[in-house]
Amino acid sequence: MGLEIAFWILAVIGIGAALAVVLLRDIFRAALCLVLSFLTIAGIYITLSADFLAAVQVLIYVGAIGILIILAIMLTRDVQRGSLSNKLRIPAFVIAILFLGAVVFAMINTPWQLAGVAPLEPTTPALAGKLFGEKGFILPVEIAAVLLLAAILGAIVLVREK
Amino acid sequence: MSIGLEHYLILSAILFSIGLYGALAKRNAIVILMSIEIMLNAVNIAMVAFSRYIVPLLLTGQVFVIFIIVVAAAEAAVGLAIIIAIYRSRETIDATKIDLMKW
Repeated sequence: MGLEIAFWILAVIGIGAALAVVLLRDIFRAALCLVLSFLTIAGIYITLSADFLAAVQVLIYVGAIGILIILAIMLTRDVQRGSLSNKLRIPAFVIAILFLGAVVFAMINTPWQLAGVAPLEPTTPALAGKLFGEKGFILPVEIAAVLLLAAILGAIVLVREK
Repeated sequence: MSIGLEHYLILSAILFSIGLYGALAKRNAIVILMSIEIMLNAVNIAMVAFSRYIVPLLLTGQVFVIFIIVVAAAEAAVGLAIIIAIYRSRETIDATKIDLMKW
């Protein structure tokens, strides 16, 4: 019962915060609502018994990406003009609604093969085995490290003063 | 009524649509990037839900989510660096005015 209540509260707050990101005029408040939305998604992960991912979500999205976005807003002075919409506002709305309808229709009408087994808990040792163990994802882990290094170097080169 | 896979999938679809609308309809490049982050998070919710309800003991979806988070962090860093570089040279981050390479 507690899980249901938690899910509904988190879902409503998360969708409201995401709507605020798109609809608010003030960019800074939109960024803070984005951080709130990330936090509720971390809560959603907990209701899915993905404890490690919830911690990662708080660390990386709420911590790192939230601060990065707020820093970028402070470095660019378009804040005063606010978050405006372009000419494609109504077509974009129609496309989003059509996409939502199609996806929800497909999701509801697909007969999912539910396993009905209780989830693994805690997930951290199992994830470590998956990532680093035998027949795991060790090659993608190495590639992800190289990708992060390239991204850091690229970001430094791009923002460096000439 | 207990919470099942469909609830999480519909939540993910709603968040993805909100992000899609924001990415298509906004002018400020930073808000567009924020909308893309919402879309990535929506996909992550769907991945974890599939992992929880369809293969609860394999955790494949959660491994995918870890890689998506890595790529999203790299994307946010490079994207914001590009936006700041554009702001330095053109004094605007209005996506409708950044049209140097537009036909």
